[in-house]
Amino acid sequence: MSDQILWFAARGAGVVALLLFTATTVLGILTTTRWGTAGWPRFLTAELHRNLSLLSLAFLAVHIVTAIADPFTSLGIAAAIVPFASSYRPVWVAIGVVALDLLLALIVTSLLRPRIGQGLWRAVHWTAYAAWPLALAHGLGAGTDAFSTWLLAVQAGCILAVALAIGWRLWAGGSNRERLPDVVAAGRRPGATPYVRRDR
Amino acid sequence: MAARILAGPPLDAGPESLRDHLARLGPRPNARAAIKELEASGLLGRGGAGFPAGTKWRTVAARGGGDARVLANGAEGEPLSAKDRALMTLRPHLVLDGALLAASAVGAAEVVLYVGAEHRHARSALSRAIGERAATRGGLPVPVTIVDAPTAYVAGEETAAVHFVNDRDARPTAVPPRPFEAGVDGRPTLVQNVETLACAALVARRGAAWYRERGSGTTPGTTLITVTGGSSPGVREIDLGTTVADVAGMAGARLAETSAVLLGGYFGGWAPAADAWEIALDPAALRERGRTLGAGVIAFLPAGQCGVRATARIIAYMAAQSAAQCGPCVFGLRAIGDTLERIAVGTGRSGDLARLDRWGRQLPGRGACRHPDGAAGHLASALDAFGEEFRLHAATGRCSAGAAGRAA
Amino acid sequence: MIPRRRLHVDRIRCDGYGMCAELLPELIDLDDWGYPILRADVVPREFEGLARKAVEVCPVLALRLTAEPRRTPTPIARPAPASRSGS
Repeated sequence: MSDQILWFAARGAGVVALLLFTATTVLGILTTTRWGTAGWPRFLTAELHRNLSLLSLAFLAVHIVTAIADPFTSLGIAAAIVPFASSYRPVWVAIGVVALDLLLALIVTSLLRPRIGQGLWRAVHWTAYAAWPLALAHGLGAGTDAFSTWLLAVQAGCILAVALAIGWRLWAGGSNRERLPDVVAAGRRPGATPYVRRDR
Repeated sequence: MAARILAGPPLDAGPESLRDHLARLGPRPNARAAIKELEASGLLGRGGAGFPAGTKWRTVAARGGGDARVLANGAEGEPLSAKDRALMTLRPHLVLDGALLAASAVGAAEVVLYVGAEHRHARSALSRAIGERAATRGGLPVPVTIVDAPTAYVAGEETAAVHFVNDRDARPTAVPPRPFEAGVDGRPTLVQNVETLACAALVARRGAAWYRERGSGTTPGTTLITVTGGSSPGVREIDLGTTVADVAGMAGARLAETSAVLLGGYFGGWAPAADAWEIALDPAALRERGRTLGAGVIAFLPAGQCGVRATARIIAYMAAQSAAQCGPCVFGLRAIGDTLERIAVGTGRSGDLARLDRWGRQLPGRGACRHPDGAAGHLASALDAFGEEFRLHAATGRCSAGAAGRAA
Repeated sequence: MIPRRRLHVDRIRCDGYGMCAELLPELIDLDDWGYPILRADVVPREFEGLARKAVEVCPVLALRLTAEPRRTPTPIARPAPASRSGS
């Protein structure tokens, strides 16, 4: 009976962690679009992104601990740290381990950003675009109910959410930084007015 | 007025040789008392900011620890200025003297001559001068290198100069640290205009009292200016405190034929001719009136030329010369430039003048360097000096100068 | 020790996110293009917490709290109004 509880807990925590990780990713992308309203200021997006990332890590911890404790999977602690150390579905668990490592790097560098500087932080943060799909893949391959309908629906929803966020980001644009030289250069043509009003 | 900086062979005789330079002025003096003499002289920087040279040298000397750097700024990116290239071409050894004196006084391990790439005569004169020195028995006390500055307005800004020497990128950097804290090779660096260095070389030989003999206003000394718009434009040396009227006389500009005077170049400001004529070109007096001598540019706008058009062209240039690093400068100058262009050609919209005023007031202090500040100051002075013209252009699309009253 | 209570914007890093102005509307305005205008650079005590939050949340770390005063603007701008005689 307790085996079942551990198994449910591991699956459940894993799914919740994936949902939170997806929401974190979506909010991170949203931050770069500079979207905001009077009722939902931009700093709220940034803060929520930060808080949900920590929450996803908490659920991830539960997922890992219960998965290891579950005698059915015969996973040792090593399996959670070293890729391919598990004998249970080694490839899929390894993918999860890599996703975990990347997530830890993302969170630690973010917490230490003032110390390590913007450049290093940015370089590491780009790996989020690798971490999230790896987490998704791990969910598809490592779980025993990976292809049940409801789980497939959840994962499809996650993919859709991130795809929409990326689409919006590409369409709405983000940083002004790349545009600055173009705006300056465009000024050499008389009559052109490419300056853009940013909505508050 | 007897020349001091430009004293020596006739100005059409080309670069002064080392032999003539030494015969005229004697050997380069010992640097031991140089900083004190400089402070006593009250010599101000000639690059536009007008900061006391002695204070700068003392600060770098204190921080340098014997491993400072000297960057002689001969970029001269201000389009209306020609004095630095004239000085470097005609009196390269005086400039070198100043740079080497500075190196000795602040404890520098290296001198970099940052010369605008387009100033070819200046570059070759300096290059030859370095060769002449290196061939002497003592040789050069420290390595002296020439670095070709890009032809861009902001390339002469002190952090941009340092940035280019370090990383081949002539864009200003955020401060702190300022060059006197960390500059070339990360070392405390004295960035000084070439004219200031030349003056320092004279002060070190003749003393602070000699330097202070000239100058009729609060600020002592002589300075180089570039005059445009009269019948005989060019680079001249004047006593500080000389009036604009006297300069006009030298340059062949007459009050009746002049509508406005630009003091200080693109980074300076306009004044209506009648107001400008009696202004004494003394940095202290100018500052009190909210004006500047800048890099010594005096431009006379002939009556019949449109001040609005001139302003629009200058601001368009400054907008196009933005280093494109800071949003307020890029977007602010674009918006101001576009609006000025519309007003100049007669298609101004209602509210344009109010927008210009608002955007201009928002610019100062909001970029990494002073480029937006300079543009804002120029704009404010133009809106003031050509106020009626701007209103006429904006309201009716007409110009009182120019062909048949059409704005263009 | 000089307290670090002055806001400083690194104008090159700043990319117009505007979160600082959302958190400190009493001290920071935004211009027409979303870039901050510091109305005052000294942070009053009651805003210190929010200022620290703003520094932390800026996505590009452009905002800093420092002890140094703002660079004094160059004494160039705003000449005294010209006389209107004739013009």
